[in-house]
Amino acid sequence: MTNYLDFEKPLAEIEGKAEELRAMARANEEMDIEAEAAALDKKAADLLQDLYKSLTPWRKCQVARHPERPHCRDYIEALFTEYTPLAGDRNFADDHAVMGGLARFNDQPVVVIGHEKGHDTKSRILHNFGMARPEGYRKAVRLMELADKFGLPVLTLVDTAGAYPGKGAEERGQSEAIARSTEKCLQIGVPLVSIIIGEGGSGGAVAFATADRVAMLEHSIYSVISPEGCASILWKDSEKMREAAEALRLTAQDLEKLGVTDRVIPEPMGGAHRNRDAAISAVGATLKSLLAELEGKTPKKLIKDRRRKYLDLGSKGLAA
Amino acid sequence: MNWITNYVRPRINSIFSRRDTPENLWSKCDGCGTMLFHRELRENLNVCTSCGHHMAITPRDRFTALFDGGIFTEIDVPTPLEDPLKFRDQKKYPDRMKAAQKATGEKEAMLVAEGEMGRTPIVAAAQDFSFMGGSMGMYVGNAIIAAAERAVELKRPLILFSAAGGARMQEGILSLMQMPRTTVAVQMLKEAGLPYIVVLTHPTTGGVTASYAMLGDVQIAEPNALICFAGPRVIEQTLGEKLPDGFQRAEYLLDHGMLDLVTPRTELRDELITITRMLMGQPPAVAGDLPAPGDVADATPPETAEEQPAEAPQK
Ligand SMILES: [Zn+2]
Repeated sequence: MTNYLDFEKPLAEIEGKAEELRAMARANEEMDIEAEAAALDKKAADLLQDLYKSLTPWRKCQVARHPERPHCRDYIEALFTEYTPLAGDRNFADDHAVMGGLARFNDQPVVVIGHEKGHDTKSRILHNFGMARPEGYRKAVRLMELADKFGLPVLTLVDTAGAYPGKGAEERGQSEAIARSTEKCLQIGVPLVSIIIGEGGSGGAVAFATADRVAMLEHSIYSVISPEGCASILWKDSEKMREAAEALRLTAQDLEKLGVTDRVIPEPMGGAHRNRDAAISAVGATLKSLLAELEGKTPKKLIKDRRRKYLDLGSKGLAA
Repeated sequence: MNWITNYVRPRINSIFSRRDTPENLWSKCDGCGTMLFHRELRENLNVCTSCGHHMAITPRDRFTALFDGGIFTEIDVPTPLEDPLKFRDQKKYPDRMKAAQKATGEKEAMLVAEGEMGRTPIVAAAQDFSFMGGSMGMYVGNAIIAAAERAVELKRPLILFSAAGGARMQEGILSLMQMPRTTVAVQMLKEAGLPYIVVLTHPTTGGVTASYAMLGDVQIAEPNALICFAGPRVIEQTLGEKLPDGFQRAEYLLDHGMLDLVTPRTELRDELITITRMLMGQPPAVAGDLPAPGDVADATPPETAEEQPAEAPQK
């Protein structure tokens, strides 16, 4: 563990002490520190549980953005076989903030699309921190059309702070590209399942997450605006992000109550980044079961039900 | 002579002359600073007679100028749950709503109506920027769905005037969900083969631009309207540089292939009639085909125009 979040500071101290002890023992074989280190481990585990059993919405935002959280690429590598990336929007460029292509999921051919944030400085810049430009959404539209034509289910993995607010992106029609991607989600006659694996940031997320079934990882978020942005507009103070995160109801748990998400996928204790394999396989199991729910539906029925779902959404508020 | 001068103008005259006379008879143009005579400005649909700057116009005033004789029938919009998230920032959401209702005299940020425009039956929806920045929440979503459903029922085109800062933050994720919801509404029209014409007015930004406002069969904008997804301030912060003049304005978008037309408000009605009639396969409009303005004015007191059925029910 190298990256601790601010609220994990006491945890960092205990885990650091245990690590120090073990390092000392490695250097000096006569030292017997095992009992002491084990006690520290226990203390750390208890504290972790304490911290994570009731994360505040703002802390969830921090966990959702954790740099070591598994990203789209990790899920694709672990859960899919024969992944064949398909690039480009056929108009302007290939947007690396969006990855996607053909793949097999449990042997079944599918189209997989997702936002990729990158994992180190170089790859983060390449992927533009997961913030897509119009080309990214147009690539997604193209892949969804391909899936529709050949009857392949579409699986989307959502993880973006939002669409990229840049000059070129605006000139090339960021809004139109997002609108068309959402529109395409509502038009295709194949199963469409979306998992929010980290951040579901505004329109940039909706463009992929307008789906038959939407699931969210336990500590992922989905919101109309970032808590910082909301705080600076409504509180006139971007430091009020804790209050904004609270008010926006952006946690997976609240979104399930609102009917926006169908399933909350439990994360390993301490967040997906503490046990990436467990988190990834939990997502795999959810994808499998959500796809199974849609099996046997005709294209017409899929489209009809998907539209109905969105027309009805929100009519019951938190009591949904 | 065109429709505006022949027909709409005298009509508007008669409407505004009957309103409460504003205490301040002059108002200042936001564009050039010229002091404009209030009545003259309203006659010109809040477009500066000196520099052509387009100032905001309420949906009600817009409809009055759009529909024949200023007569239209409001279409009911299902009322959504009030304050679904129990949202509270520095103020409670219901308090902000009440303040907006009091300030505008309107229920919410979108008005939907049916009527005739140059003897062409249409359904129209207009967003009200003066109502909480025109923001898109459940009500606006419901309004667009109601407009689309009514248009499909009557087999009429839908003309939508957008104006919004974006989504209504106080409805959180439910405001975001209006992006797919309103997109479904647009699909209803498309599948029924009915024209969906969007007129983007100043400003149209955020999630509104990234959904129903960009999905029209024909995309028209008013001059100099700000139209964008991310606002210029956000982009300047990201880039750390000033943006060029006119960036994200209607003419700029036209140049970049994002719009069909940029049309001054005073010419918009004629243009909408022309386009709509062609798309609906109707013969060209003839000015002489219209009832004389005087007859209409006598028949319908404008103060209560919207409560009266626009067309006598012809079922
Ligand atoms: Zn002026």
